Amino acid sequence: MEIVTSILSGILFATGIYNLLQRQLLRIIIGTALMSHGAHLFILTMGKLKRGKPPIIVEGVENYVDPLPQALILTSIVISFGVTSFLLVLAYRAARLNGTDNMEELRGNENE
Amino acid sequence: MSNLAVLPILIPLLSGIIAALMNRKQRAVRVFSTIMMLVNLGVTAYIGWYVYQNGPVILETGGWKAPYGIILVGDMLAILLVITTNIIGLACVIFAPKSLSEKQESFYFYTFFFMLISGVSGAFLTGDLFNLFVFFEVLLMASYGLITLGGEKVQFKESIKYVLINLFSSILFVTVVSFLYSVVGTVNMAQIAERVQDVEQKGILTTIGILLFFVFATKAAVFPLYYWLPKSYVVPNPVVSALFGALLTKVGIYSILRMFTIIFVHEVDLTHQLFLWLAALTMVFGVVGALSTNNIKLIVTYNIIPAVGFMLMGIGIFTEVSIAGTVYYLLHDMVVKGALFLLVGAIAYLAGTSDLRKMHGLIHHYPVIGWLFFIACITLAGIPPFSGFIGKILLLKGGLAQDQIFIVIIGLITSLLILFSMIRIFIQGFWGEKDESFQPDKPKARAFAWPIGFLVFFSVFLGVGAEFVYPIVDEISNTLLDPSIYIESVLKE
Repeated sequence: MEIVTSILSGILFATGIYNLLQRQLLRIIIGTALMSHGAHLFILTMGKLKRGKPPIIVEGVENYVDPLPQALILTSIVISFGVTSFLLVLAYRAARLNGTDNMEELRGNENE
Repeated sequence: MSNLAVLPILIPLLSGIIAALMNRKQRAVRVFSTIMMLVNLGVTAYIGWYVYQNGPVILETGGWKAPYGIILVGDMLAILLVITTNIIGLACVIFAPKSLSEKQESFYFYTFFFMLISGVSGAFLTGDLFNLFVFFEVLLMASYGLITLGGEKVQFKESIKYVLINLFSSILFVTVVSFLYSVVGTVNMAQIAERVQDVEQKGILTTIGILLFFVFATKAAVFPLYYWLPKSYVVPNPVVSALFGALLTKVGIYSILRMFTIIFVHEVDLTHQLFLWLAALTMVFGVVGALSTNNIKLIVTYNIIPAVGFMLMGIGIFTEVSIAGTVYYLLHDMVVKGALFLLVGAIAYLAGTSDLRKMHGLIHHYPVIGWLFFIACITLAGIPPFSGFIGKILLLKGGLAQDQIFIVIIGLITSLLILFSMIRIFIQGFWGEKDESFQPDKPKARAFAWPIGFLVFFSVFLGVGAEFVYPIVDEISNTLLDPSIYIESVLKE
């Protein structure tokens, strides 16, 4: 099970980086979103996957899921959600103001 | 357990929220922000005194014992850096109303500013690797807000790259933390250190260490990961540049310092040798950048990079003297970079241009600014008895003691070139014929001079008052080189 999710997270990273290397702003943002999904899946994998087990230790429960990765993912998801929405707004404003969403044309400025 | 450790994070956070609520009344917000920064500086100074007397303050949030809950560790190093952060914050908050336009201020400058201070303090104080990531995000979110403040064309161009590079390194950070979690089964820094010690840092742990180094090196602008820095630090308002230049890269260096003095210290041949090479390259490339341009803002921005090289060099040499040098240089560089960024911001505003070729003879109109700039220059370059000198002499002494002649020579040459690149601004900009047609803005210059003078005073104090500061720094470097002190203070039974 860990192998499958590891490969899946690897694919997410690969497609994310491919998109990150494109010129169109929107594609780049989709790339970062995919990569953060890959990272979240990866955290889950690292905490060992077990199905149908509670993430708590109580008397009598011997087989439990590690709760820490879940707490980490929750925090990380919230952060990447916020950053992605900020990035979308930023890209929209930048594209409107500069008249282009092409990264090649967004390079350089005066007085260097 | 002591609640003191959370105050430097909590006070700015709450102040930021209150500042956002009373945004309509700008004048009130200004007064409120200044008062809150003063209060915060007082509180952190008290915590510093308390730590000096009683040892580290540790807060186990929610009453969860150390390895399980989130903990905040206020040891001497963290508290000293938090105090420095607040000194710079205070200068910036006084400087801000003079340099920001009304419109920029009303777009929640003070809220973002307080969030930044809160995030930086949090990153210094946290004792938990995942929380370090969270505080990094807090300060990065605030910096995203600040870098786009004003909304000019150029700002958008550069801020997209800034946001993307930071987002990428944050994703890498989370991934590496989860790697580390799967290997050692904890995210508490003290416990990681303990477990790494137990298994004597096998290959996989060194790999994780290097990956972590790359994450922090991106934030700290170490060669070859510095290319995003210069332009994105030039485009925002001078106050924002000062905050960025003084605080953000230093958080990266602080994290490297913590990680590679407490946790990953068992493969020194490999990791710390790498640091020395990177430090040398960082110094050379940074100073070449500083010499390559005529834009005064860009010159100062490029000068961040060799400073990072110096600090990394101390970590690479890895002796008591050199670590003390790194800590001293870190404190010095925070203060002097804050002062320099405010200064070039003021000069560019007063001269009406940031192009060095277009300005001359400014000293006739603004003597105070000119001499403050001169002092800041020689402090940065490390002319005795100013503060850069003491940090550098410790680093060079450490290097010579370890027979690292090569890096010592590079460091010396770099210092000279830094001095040359900075003094060029002074010679071309301030010397020369008096321009009679120039209309000086004296009241503005006087208003600018106060906060800058405040920072320059502190940087001079770090040099002249080395007698008071050095014993503390020496003690810090002792504790850093003996991880068991940190581990015991956090994981005490």
